[in-house]
Amino acid sequence: MLNIAATDASARKIHPLPGGLHLPDNKHQSSVRPIMQAALPKRLIIPLRQHAGNPAEPLVKAGDPVLKGQKIAQGEGLISAPLHAPSSGVVSAIQSLPAPHPSGLSEPCVVIETDGEERWAELPAPMDYRQANPAAILERVRAAGVVGLGGAAFPASVKLSPRPGDGLHTLIINGAECEPYITCDDLLMRERAAKVLAGIDIIRTLLQVEKTIIGIEDNKIEAIAAMRTARDLAGYEAMEIVVIPTRYPSGGEKQLIYILTGEEIPSGGIPAQIGMVCHNVGTAAAVADAVLEGKPLISRLITITGEGVAEPRNLEALMGSPVADLIAQAGGYTPKANKLILGGPMMGYTLFSDEIPIAKATNCILAASTAEAPDPGPALACIRCGRCAEACPMSLLPQQLYWHSRAKALGKACDYNLFDCIECGCCSHVCPSHIPLVQYFRFAKSEHRREEAEKRKAELAKRRHDARQERLERLEREKKEAMRKKQEAMKAKKTAAGGDAGDAKQAAIAAAAKRAAAKKAERATQGEAPKNTQGLSAAQQRQIDEAEARRAQARKTAHSEDRARPAAATESPPQD
Amino acid sequence: MQFPTLTSPHTERPNQVDQTMLMVVLALIPGALAMIWYFGWGILINLVLAAIAALLSEAMAQKLRGRPAFGTLRDLSALVTAMLFALALPPLLPWWLTVLGAAFAILVVKEMYGGIGYNPFNPAMAGYVLLLISYPVPMTTWLAPSVIAEHSLSFGQTLTAIFTRALPAGLSWDALTSATPLDSMRTQLDMNYTVTEIRESPLWGAFGGRGWEWAGNWFLLGGLFLLWRRVITWHIPAAVLGGLLAMATVFFLVDPDTHPFPLFHIFSGGAILCAFFIATDPVTASTTQKGQLIYGALIGIFIYIIRSWGGYPEAVAFAVLLMNMAAPTIDHYTQPRVFGHGRLSDD
Repeated sequence: MLNIAATDASARKIHPLPGGLHLPDNKHQSSVRPIMQAALPKRLIIPLRQHAGNPAEPLVKAGDPVLKGQKIAQGEGLISAPLHAPSSGVVSAIQSLPAPHPSGLSEPCVVIETDGEERWAELPAPMDYRQANPAAILERVRAAGVVGLGGAAFPASVKLSPRPGDGLHTLIINGAECEPYITCDDLLMRERAAKVLAGIDIIRTLLQVEKTIIGIEDNKIEAIAAMRTARDLAGYEAMEIVVIPTRYPSGGEKQLIYILTGEEIPSGGIPAQIGMVCHNVGTAAAVADAVLEGKPLISRLITITGEGVAEPRNLEALMGSPVADLIAQAGGYTPKANKLILGGPMMGYTLFSDEIPIAKATNCILAASTAEAPDPGPALACIRCGRCAEACPMSLLPQQLYWHSRAKALGKACDYNLFDCIECGCCSHVCPSHIPLVQYFRFAKSEHRREEAEKRKAELAKRRHDARQERLERLEREKKEAMRKKQEAMKAKKTAAGGDAGDAKQAAIAAAAKRAAAKKAERATQGEAPKNTQGLSAAQQRQIDEAEARRAQARKTAHSEDRARPAAATESPPQD
Repeated sequence: MQFPTLTSPHTERPNQVDQTMLMVVLALIPGALAMIWYFGWGILINLVLAAIAALLSEAMAQKLRGRPAFGTLRDLSALVTAMLFALALPPLLPWWLTVLGAAFAILVVKEMYGGIGYNPFNPAMAGYVLLLISYPVPMTTWLAPSVIAEHSLSFGQTLTAIFTRALPAGLSWDALTSATPLDSMRTQLDMNYTVTEIRESPLWGAFGGRGWEWAGNWFLLGGLFLLWRRVITWHIPAAVLGGLLAMATVFFLVDPDTHPFPLFHIFSGGAILCAFFIATDPVTASTTQKGQLIYGALIGIFIYIIRSWGGYPEAVAFAVLLMNMAAPTIDHYTQPRVFGHGRLSDD
């Protein structure tokens, strides 16, 4: 048997990223303090969309009392997740409020006024995942509302249920945490390594993978040591803990998999295509909570940092806690606070207000000073220096993408693989002209998506139009045909009346008349009520005949009008 | 509390165009001082004249285009252009030629194409070529380097010569001027001297012409500074010098009598200045790494070809302009393989 240290240190070759940046990591500010339980906010604002996919459907209404851990919204469809009350209290409203989203737009939220009693709902019993049915474990994870806590918030249960034929062989656990300032995964691994490893063990049991590789950047020495110790204690020898160089964005899914295995996820694809699944350490801990303790995902670790807060630290905060509450517990704002960034400086987005709540995917609140996040000056002209291409971890040519995006030549931008851009921000960061490159790429992507959607819509409309056009033409043809036949028949009748009728025809008419008479007689014998047209006098019969003739004349006129207005006529269904 | 919203990344940006350009200006100073030392005050006067003309032209163009005049002056790109242009000029060039070339470089070659970032050709080299083709005689009238010169002009005498073409009493142009090492090598090779015979003249130092080789060394120092500060990458300089060396080595090995030894080509003329400062102009060079190697190597090869078999003894400007034309095509064919493309797994 290999000894454990050797498996860690030597066995795995590190594949250096193309591009990427060595950024000042600014992690020590928040990592020096231990995790602190955040105080209970008076009010929790739970956005119904905290995950990738469909928003959850609320199960409560204003005025309902809720218990901590009680399901308050259920997932809609396969890609969705349920939500749970993070604390006990009363639902005061379900309304649209500003949500943690780059757009800053409002989203429907469940607002809970907490009662401070923290009364728990009845939780499902702990599970022995080694014995339990995998489907039951999956259902537990799904019902606990666990989503990827690395940032994408993709429902975890989906990534935990391998489809037949996936041939999964490797589980990658992401403990890289490459964004500057953020330390919540670091602290999680330092203080709760056993829970993280238990979660990883559940995941690897579910996925039935041969290999498990945990990637951690080498700036987290304490976390690495804690994870190794916990692994050895728990006897998970087969889990490889691999130390990778600190380089942004090594924590990107594609990047981490490449660094650890040298394999590239095909463009536009997912890790399962190369037999791998990637989960974040935070997700693993949430899975452990759900399975081993029956706890739904109602809180998470979040880093509150930056020169804009007095005591940067990590908090265990309830989902839906307003940002202002959390800032207050990190010592409050300093006079330097200038911007509020949700997430890290490279990929995070600014909040316009600190009333906005945190959600499942929120890993950091960065209250940045002007020095930390200066307002970008006006962009200058591109001098084609190519630093962006050097920095791009996807080996794209951001400069070309920029020209084409700016010119709205979206087709050309796509030729330069616009959609492979992971929006990591490396190119914008190094640009000497301070061009907001990532912003251009986001714009081009959304513009392209819009154009594609419009194209699809136009295509559909065109098909419908063509079908209608064809139907109208067909109706017109059929009508003409019918008329032609009618005219022919009339002509034939005229000639027949001229005495030139064939004997066969005459005989057929006579036979028909005989049959009709027989039928009439039969009906009469069966006691059917005679119709009022039966047994008319000759004068009456003549009147009826005259009326019939007038009606026929009127019909003919109407018909010729129809032909003059074919569009109007043909809108109605065919009459013959 | 309310906060401003902006798009990511929210970082202090480490690079700035003006700082980059300032680095280039600083890196040019040792070589420029060496040139002044060896070739007299004329070099300094050229630098000043070119800088004034270039900056004024830039300001004028900005004004004509309705933009703040100091907007692009601040990025120092016009100053860099002026310096590179001036350092290529003979020391006693008539003042109006210097001004004409610098103004042409900025107004026509740079601003008429849209200003910084948009010019397809290197402005300094285009300005130089304009003068070289239009005024070949003054453009090839060089002084002997101070280490071997019999006469040297004071600052005032140089100024007079540049502005009025008048020389101090008793001095003639013939007594002052001297062919450049490249020129004399070429002329004498044409006269069927061997390289060994040619190098017996006092004009020659260890590698190239005396004076010239030392200026080259100081430019090399500046170039290494740019590499160290990551203003440029190694690709283009290495490729230019590599291409030139490779050509020179091959022909030297074939016939050392009629082909000067390889280091001669590096240390005579503007090869080093070209490799580190001119070919690396980002606007007009290839931008992909593979493309930069091709771009640089072809510049080196063209320098050798034009020097050896072309109509002019020095070829840097022509080689650079030729490759400027090719840069977009090179870029098109040397796009890097995008992550996740072309290495798809089997399933």
